[in-house]
Amino acid sequence: MKFLSIARTALVALRRDRAALALSFILPISFFSIFAVIFGSRHDTVPKISIILVDEDQSPTSRQLVQALRREGSLTVATKPQAKKNEPEPADYTAATAEAAVKAGDVSVALIIPAGWGANPITLRPDLPSGPALQLLNDASDAIAPQMVGGLLEKAAMTALPVTMAEQGMKYTSESIGGLTPEQRTRMEANLARMRQYQAEQAAAGPGAASPAPAGFGSGGLIAVQNRSVVGENKNNPMISFYAAAIGVMFLLFTASGSSGALLDEAESGTLDRVLSSRITMTGLLAGKLLFNTLLAFTQLTVMFLWAWAIFKLDFLAHIPGFLIMGLSTAVAVASFGMLLASLCHTRAQLGALSTLVILIMSSIGGSMFPRFLMPESMQKAGLFTINAWAIDGFTKVFWRDLPVSALWPQVSVLLAIAVVLFAFARRIARRWEYA
Amino acid sequence: MSSPAARVPVTSPALQPSANHPPPAEGAPLRVDALVKRFGQVTAVDGISLELRTGECLGLLGPNGAGKSTLIRAIVGRVIPDSGQVAVFGSAAGSPAARAALGWVPQELAVYPRLTASENLHSFGSYYGLSGKPLAEAIAWCLKWAALEDRSHEITRNLSGGMKRRLNMAAGLIHQPRLVLMDEPTVGVDPQSRNRIFEMIEALRAAGATLIYTTHYMEEAERLCDRIAIVDHGRIIALGTHQALVQESFASRSQVLARFDGPPADIASWVASQSGRLADSTAEFTIKHPTEIAVLLESAANAGLQLVDVSLRRPNLESVFLHLTGRELRD
Repeated sequence: MKFLSIARTALVALRRDRAALALSFILPISFFSIFAVIFGSRHDTVPKISIILVDEDQSPTSRQLVQALRREGSLTVATKPQAKKNEPEPADYTAATAEAAVKAGDVSVALIIPAGWGANPITLRPDLPSGPALQLLNDASDAIAPQMVGGLLEKAAMTALPVTMAEQGMKYTSESIGGLTPEQRTRMEANLARMRQYQAEQAAAGPGAASPAPAGFGSGGLIAVQNRSVVGENKNNPMISFYAAAIGVMFLLFTASGSSGALLDEAESGTLDRVLSSRITMTGLLAGKLLFNTLLAFTQLTVMFLWAWAIFKLDFLAHIPGFLIMGLSTAVAVASFGMLLASLCHTRAQLGALSTLVILIMSSIGGSMFPRFLMPESMQKAGLFTINAWAIDGFTKVFWRDLPVSALWPQVSVLLAIAVVLFAFARRIARRWEYA
Repeated sequence: MSSPAARVPVTSPALQPSANHPPPAEGAPLRVDALVKRFGQVTAVDGISLELRTGECLGLLGPNGAGKSTLIRAIVGRVIPDSGQVAVFGSAAGSPAARAALGWVPQELAVYPRLTASENLHSFGSYYGLSGKPLAEAIAWCLKWAALEDRSHEITRNLSGGMKRRLNMAAGLIHQPRLVLMDEPTVGVDPQSRNRIFEMIEALRAAGATLIYTTHYMEEAERLCDRIAIVDHGRIIALGTHQALVQESFASRSQVLARFDGPPADIASWVASQSGRLADSTAEFTIKHPTEIAVLLESAANAGLQLVDVSLRRPNLESVFLHLTGRELRD
């Protein structure tokens, strides 16, 4: 029964290590709660898709479609930018401004109803030329939103445009079949054969090849929709830049907190005391550590992005200025975060427990584990309190949206502000090491 | 192998005013006035005053927890006293001038374990503003003084315990301080390495360094220090040269040490009846004249105890501490 003694000894040791004890209970509960909120069943937490609608057609049919889409609970439809205080009502979106909004990341999807669409809205003959198709502009990094909007368009066609469907059906019947003479029957069979062949071709080509996604018969829908990725259309892999930033930032946080833990080692060994007895002040010491941790984090990011460039064809060389700005801003914010955590803790064990808890929570709600656009709106807002979210947004602007450096000011400002505030807190808390 | 003393230059950097710290304007190397420091309910330093003379080595002798390290840390400026003052060459403790003038060798191994000996010295030198040739010369001197020249590129954590101690000392002298504080530098060191450390300190002493040396080993204080302050419960209970302290407590009296065969209870009761003291199995008596030995031995024989051996000695610092506090120095 000696093994029971081993178990008892381990239990006593765990009870003394309060940090580890707390972590073993708090961490799983925290994570369960976060995932439950993100993927939970409460309807008010299901993410809505924001979509911009541009009705160039202005026909009765197009207005009916717009109304039908507005009624959809899972869509947030905008036809014009949000009005700002003390400014005149902004003009409706045009195809160009809608495309710009998708490129800027304001929304994932924009639907353009082209002029003339209402004359021939539903296509039952994909192999014949028809009227202009709806334009669905999307951001290729969000694979889900265009699919959902496509499905909702089908629903709108089935429920909101029954008259149109019937008219189109009759038109099709009279055009294709006419009377059921032997000659007409032969023609219809020939048409059906062509449709079957078309369907087979589409199925063989696989998903995504149906662009313009033409018509019913299984491959697309009743409403002809032309999908176009306005962001990332020339990228090799839409998620490489996202994950380079997302995973990079998460591990940067771990590295920074571990590296800042050297402060605790030095405090324990007496080296910190000795250094502070020299001409180095506490502010100087922390600033030196911050500089080192910033450079370490920046080097880590650089290596990560160079790896993504070399192995996964990330277009690194064309985005060096944006990378430098975002990399340094992220690195200094992450380094300050590590300094704060270290100054809060008294031992390495405490730091390990606290950093694991805080970093994993930040990474999950900040978008390092799964994209924030998949999360409920409230969770997306909570993510804005994390370094991860701002860093990932900034890197996405650089590598995914190809936005100019000037567009990075919100992310850079927030990251630098985080760095200043966290460092100020760390400096204040570090007063406990200054004198006894 | 030549001794470290022979390797140390006649004029050690520790004594030389340099560009890094100009010559003193005024003031004794160290003046402590009525220093008090409390940690919660515990008074670690309870009204200590002392003054150090240029070129002397003052020993702070006392048991663990007596308040020696707290006093040292207050002098360095790492402890803010509740009351009292500390002046280093006339400058307040913790001031830039005091920091530059002081070299502190903490009790802990306060060096970077992943850096080499040379890199450690470079780091600590640069923390004091040294650079370029003066820093290189200071590193070379420190490595030579600590007899670490052959191991200068060794990672510190791979060095032996004694070498780490010597590096710890060298790091405290890298900026050529005018007053050196050594806080139990021989803690946890084997006898051979301890002798090496004594030789380093004697080399500094020979070159005229001003030093404070804390220890709870009376042999170290006797060997290295000009004056000794005996510290207990945060107070200096005696201060003077070794000879003066012994003279003050014992005058011309001597100590008799004797061991006996016999039932332990009988030995104990007889020793107590003779106003003696039993430490381990040795009976200890203080006598004024050697002739008293015969009287003692006769009394022992009458009590049925058989003498094993007997010796006469001059009282030491241990005896002084016992005399003053009623406790052993290492209790």
